Amino acid sequence: MSKYTSKYLEDKLKEKLDATYVHVTDESDGCGGKFSAVIVSKAFEGKALLQKHRLVNTTLAEELKEIHAFSQKSYTPAEWEKVQQQ
Amino acid sequence: MNKISQILLRPSLANNFATTMRTMPALATFPRWYSADAAAPPAALDKETLDKLVRTNKVVVFMKGNPQAPRCGFSNAVVQIMRMHGVQYDAHDVLQNESLRQGIKEYTDWPTIPQVFINGEFVGGCDIMMQMHQSGDLIEELKKVGITSELLKAEEAKDSTKK
Repeated sequence: MSKYTSKYLEDKLKEKLDATYVHVTDESDGCGGKFSAVIVSKAFEGKALLQKHRLVNTTLAEELKEIHAFSQKSYTPAEWEKVQQQ
Repeated sequence: MNKISQILLRPSLANNFATTMRTMPALATFPRWYSADAAAPPAALDKETLDKLVRTNKVVVFMKGNPQAPRCGFSNAVVQIMRMHGVQYDAHDVLQNESLRQGIKEYTDWPTIPQVFINGEFVGGCDIMMQMHQSGDLIEELKKVGITSELLKAEEAKDSTKK
């Protein structure tokens, strides 16, 4: 059980990463232990995959202590455009 | 091995160690992927030890459970990706060793398990392996360390029959 909700995580990611699009899905049936996120931000530009994920992990370091399953797809605005075209 | 893979791949059995053991008793004594370090001393693993551990093979995976019986969906996903690419790797079960579990997280400064190393270098967890698998980057990374992905071989075989 964690105190976090999709809304809380979305707001935090939007603010801290200056994200243009964030969608967090609660996959824990409400217990708050498992989330998946799609994040689009300019902050990811010029970063390798691992660095993007690290940035998100660092941003949510406090939350991830309680959320035991967190999966992310992190895109730059350009990558996101390509993904949506597929 | 094929038969084992097929059985393991059945969704109903994929995460069910107990059922797998009932249907394939031979697996219980199948030692191939088990880590020699599974019973390492309880003291917290230091950087030096982990430096060695991540280099015992070209590909090293730290996971929950073992490749025959992953005990977490994310670890299972990594196992399945490795299987598809036909990669031989060393797997270490962090559930068998709490000091390994904590040690590896601190070593990589990465909060979750599984963790995949190629040539001693931390590549990522489940999400990253999935994305690299889908983008084809994994084939390239494996090639760099002299591993030819089975998916690449299959692709080439298809091309040569076309010609």
